Amino acid sequence: MYLPDFEYYAPVSLPEACGLLAQFGPRAKVIAGGTDVLPKMKQEILAPEVLVSLKNLSQLTDIYYEKGKGVVIGARATHNDLVNSPLLQEKYLSICEAAHHMANNQIRNRGTVGGNIVNAVPSADLPPILIALGAEVKLVGTGGERTVPLEEFFTGPGNTVIKQDEILTEIVVPDQSFTGSTYMKFGLRRSGALAVVGVATAVAMHGDSCQEVRIVLGAVAPVPMRAKKAEELLKGKAVTAELLEEAGVCAAGESKPISDIRGSAEYRKDMVRVFTKRALKKAVQEGHS
Amino acid sequence: MQAITDNNGVKRYLVTLNVNGDSYTKVIKANTTLADFLREELDLTGTKKGCELGDCGSCTVLLDDKPVDSCLVLAVEADGCNITTIEGLAQHEKLDKLQESFINNAAVQCGYCTPGMIMSAKALLTKNPHPTEQEVREAIAGNLCRCTGYVNIVKAVLAAAEDSKEGVKA
Repeated sequence: MYLPDFEYYAPVSLPEACGLLAQFGPRAKVIAGGTDVLPKMKQEILAPEVLVSLKNLSQLTDIYYEKGKGVVIGARATHNDLVNSPLLQEKYLSICEAAHHMANNQIRNRGTVGGNIVNAVPSADLPPILIALGAEVKLVGTGGERTVPLEEFFTGPGNTVIKQDEILTEIVVPDQSFTGSTYMKFGLRRSGALAVVGVATAVAMHGDSCQEVRIVLGAVAPVPMRAKKAEELLKGKAVTAELLEEAGVCAAGESKPISDIRGSAEYRKDMVRVFTKRALKKAVQEGHS
Repeated sequence: MQAITDNNGVKRYLVTLNVNGDSYTKVIKANTTLADFLREELDLTGTKKGCELGDCGSCTVLLDDKPVDSCLVLAVEADGCNITTIEGLAQHEKLDKLQESFINNAAVQCGYCTPGMIMSAKALLTKNPHPTEQEVREAIAGNLCRCTGYVNIVKAVLAAAEDSKEGVKA
């Protein structure tokens, strides 16, 4: 299995990288970890004539806290960088856990958070939890930079609002009013499996009462989707086992899964019910501790 | 990165990789994977190619001490990095304790997954010298053994860890 020929550039600055993307247009593709673009090139799903590597943009791997802004995750941070980040472990264990259950160790050492987002695969594990936490992404292009809420970033399977000359440089997770968050993935194996269903929840609890909640479903719609009716159902109410079951049923009704090799649409809907309930319960309990 | 264009317009790139402690400078095309670089350019055929899509882990090598699938790394991307392959584990003809342990525990059947398995296990034991069985299973989750000899492989890794524990005591 061989890679076709292509030209390779490893720019040392962002403006240079964006300039190359603008110059080559749709013939160019960005490579970060390569765990997605290279298999696609080997399988002739993608055939870029030029690869622009982010390898020399080392500032894009930092994970740090900036007061007034939140936690900033460099787009080139690998999944294992997220897993092992003391800052994320302290502030957002749910992000570490989502990263930890992806693919396998070798892939987690190369694959990047930016790549996981930009590829816009409906079953991707990081977008649901990042959307639940209200994350925004910074896009830098030849004409300047802009910030987009991650929730508005995806437009369809494999499609996003990113422009040809733009590079996703960082993900910002703002300071939270949520007391607990979690991401639960249901795959057919414990390792190396795509999500059949992924559910991210974030809740702000005041005593037993749910003040604020976000539920984001992965792998059950063309893009990661908020289960807004289920959220409304929970808001301002005392959390009981019955209410969580109701929220699960509601989220299942909102989801729009397809049938594929990993599961039928009906099965996925029922798994949305189960995992929404479980993920809510876990996030609520976290708020109590 | 220095590139050379030949008469047919094909670009080649000058890369320097440190493999098993030795520095190699080569001129390669951009589509050379690290796995092919090791096997074709350096004749280090201990690194195996299986699925070539990052599922099977037979091509696992350490890149700056971290296990990666060398079939999914471009050699140009590994320019300037330190690579350890299965050939780099034995020191002066003395096998690494993991290699000894794989032999002693009959953890090798057809042998195709073995180099990758050992590289993943090596990375684990370097980071965590006394892992639990669960941690071993997680560390080799990206390495498929189609003979399904996992029980003895896990046993071998745990035994190698146990040996080093005794070594500390002695």
